[in-house]
Amino acid sequence: MTKIKTLDDLRRIKNEVQSKIKLRENSSSPEHLVQVKIGMATCGIASGARETMKYFIDELELQAIDAVVTQTGCMGFCYAEPTVEVTLPGKDPVVFGFVGKDKAREIIDVYIKRGELVDGIIPLSFKTIHD
Amino acid sequence: MKTISDHMLDIVQNSIRAHATWIEVIFSENKNCDIYQIKIIDNGCGMSKELLNQAANPFFTSRSTRKVGLGLSLLKQNAEASQGSVKIVSEPGKGTVVQAIFQHSHLDRPPLGDIWNVIYLLLVGNPTIRFSFRYQTEKGTFELDSTELLKLMDGIPIVQQEVKNALIEYLKNNLKEIEAGI
Repeated sequence: MTKIKTLDDLRRIKNEVQSKIKLRENSSSPEHLVQVKIGMATCGIASGARETMKYFIDELELQAIDAVVTQTGCMGFCYAEPTVEVTLPGKDPVVFGFVGKDKAREIIDVYIKRGELVDGIIPLSFKTIHD
Repeated sequence: MKTISDHMLDIVQNSIRAHATWIEVIFSENKNCDIYQIKIIDNGCGMSKELLNQAANPFFTSRSTRKVGLGLSLLKQNAEASQGSVKIVSEPGKGTVVQAIFQHSHLDRPPLGDIWNVIYLLLVGNPTIRFSFRYQTEKGTFELDSTELLKLMDGIPIVQQEVKNALIEYLKNNLKEIEAGI
């Protein structure tokens, strides 16, 4: 495979991909998507939120789950970083603490795919942040 | 924060919180002058003088969710540990410029880290923000503008496996070419 060095190389890859995959019915309205927000403030970064985010992006794409992964600020649970807020379509957001790779896998397999809650939810009276 | 990439991600997060829509990140390395500089320019809400004076104080934060704000403090600590400094210029309503200078050859200067992954995460995590990255060394300059990139992608999500790998390889190859972080 040739090295990818220019924007033209990127365009070539894109075209290859474009012809290969049929775009998933990505209903652009976010209510139909699983939303995953990764806490990425100083505390999150220092606790490895980058690896967690990368894992979510890779895994959700691999398993073809319609989801958007975004970053958010500190949710105030610095002691429990990395924290991840998951919003299933039509449900209230849920925040999980101490989300390393293993926990992330559990969240995807059990909560996102089957809708069953898993341990590690913080705290009870959580409201989604708007910052 | 172990790497300059981590610091970059952290400071950019401040810009995002300041409702910036355009964030410019400029790295410049110069071994001849022994300087390693990173500059983050945003068009967010900016800071007043009083706020600016407090910005690098670890016990100050503009958040209400917690009582400490370590991002800029940690950057300042690392910069000063490697004979450098942090300068912040800000004007309310216009935006903020954070500039960190390190001594390139200093033992305590954090390594660059996996900057390609950080750039990728920023692009995926903040699709509505325009990012302009520039990396300058004596060997050359590499630039990436997120609007240009997304236009090129033409609706194909950059989380798509092949596109993702291609994009990261693109970043890696170009940065390697100009010997970034070596």
